[in-house]
Amino acid sequence: MKVNILVNGVVLSVASGTTLASALGACAVRHSVQGQSRAPYCGMGVCFECRVTIDGRPYQRACQVLVHDGMEVRHEG
Amino acid sequence: MRQVSYDLIVIGAGIIGSAVAESCARRGLHVLVLEAGIPAAGTTAAGMGHLVVLDDNPAELALSQDGLRRWQARSVELPSHAEYRACGTLWLASDTAEMDEAERKRALYQQYGLQSQLLTGSVLRQLEPNLSPHLAGALQVPGDAVLYPPVASAWLLAQACHLGAELRRHSPVQALLPQGVQLRDGSELSAGQVVIAAGNASATLLPGLPLKPRKGQLLITDRYPGMVRHQLVELGYIRSAHGGEADSVACNIQPRATGQLLIGSSRQYHDADPAISWPLLQTMLTRACDYLPGLATLQALRSWAGFRPATPDKLPLLGPVPGQTGCWLATGHEGLGITTALASAELLAQMLTNEPTTLDPRPYDPARFGSWQTPPQAVAMELTT
Repeated sequence: MKVNILVNGVVLSVASGTTLASALGACAVRHSVQGQSRAPYCGMGVCFECRVTIDGRPYQRACQVLVHDGMEVRHEG
Repeated sequence: MRQVSYDLIVIGAGIIGSAVAESCARRGLHVLVLEAGIPAAGTTAAGMGHLVVLDDNPAELALSQDGLRRWQARSVELPSHAEYRACGTLWLASDTAEMDEAERKRALYQQYGLQSQLLTGSVLRQLEPNLSPHLAGALQVPGDAVLYPPVASAWLLAQACHLGAELRRHSPVQALLPQGVQLRDGSELSAGQVVIAAGNASATLLPGLPLKPRKGQLLITDRYPGMVRHQLVELGYIRSAHGGEADSVACNIQPRATGQLLIGSSRQYHDADPAISWPLLQTMLTRACDYLPGLATLQALRSWAGFRPATPDKLPLLGPVPGQTGCWLATGHEGLGITTALASAELLAQMLTNEPTTLDPRPYDPARFGSWQTPPQAVAMELTT
């Protein structure tokens, strides 16, 4: 089954049960304090590199969240 | 075996020892700082860095006011990563009784030439829109500030070293000697005077010293720039929450330069465990959420505990050790050591060099607690057996 999520205003159709980090793929999702690009790295909630804003709530780890239909994601990548 | 002789040995390189070293080096004294571990890693690193004038009694007010003035005057010299910010304090009043307390505080500050103003609830909400709408108002003290204590402390120590002071890390002092100290490795160092600024560890050198570790916990969040703009402290901070012996919490929220929020505060006399007490942390955060409801949705990064060196009358120990010529104390600041560091150091340096003092030193005189003195030879024996 597919669900639709909104990533920086763009609709993305992904399989339900997918983590948001997987849905976002290997793209940069944020910038470090010094301005370097950051992307999901450890995939297990430890490195905090995949933090994005989910449904208005900032600093959520994309690798720890499963997608749901209508999820609105904003990131800096 | 004795080697180089110093004018002054300072035991402890926290913010108090570092400030004392700087004040004395500035007066031309040849200073050696002995640090048991690494500088500024104890109480200094655990604290909030709120530079605040407190008014429980005239002596506390005088010392904290002098300390704040000195930080204000030197703020331009501080390195940027010391994150000095003149954000001011908002003392939050939850009801009309606390607004009366705010007015009492304002009138008292005015007597001491300190500027502050009462804010109504609606003005408060304009300044800090994320605060609870139920607050009655606040007292704004615009001169208060915040800084990052480990960096400020390291800067003071670097200034001291630039002025000729020497630092030895990992050099725990085992015992006080007449005119010097013995290190744990057995070596002895001589100095005309010794200042003990070792925080809670000072009591190991002076058994019976009226000093009790008072545990405190803090939590820091991720970055939420603009969520809070002033240091926020509930007015009940001293009066109702932290006055007694029992464990207590009070709302105390500080916006860091990074946009992070540093959240306190708690006080515990009877918990020597450096680990977090989770139930107390929960009580503390619940209290903070009463004032700033949006906190509940924020991401916490880290929490930690530290130990304030507290005296029975909440005033520091600044002055000569009774009965021990050439031996001085500079500790016992509880939660005010960052605020008063520069004032405490100047006062001690003035006494040590026989200068006229800026402040009346008597309220801080260690001799006010009469009964704990132990002759230095007895101390040395106790510690070596």
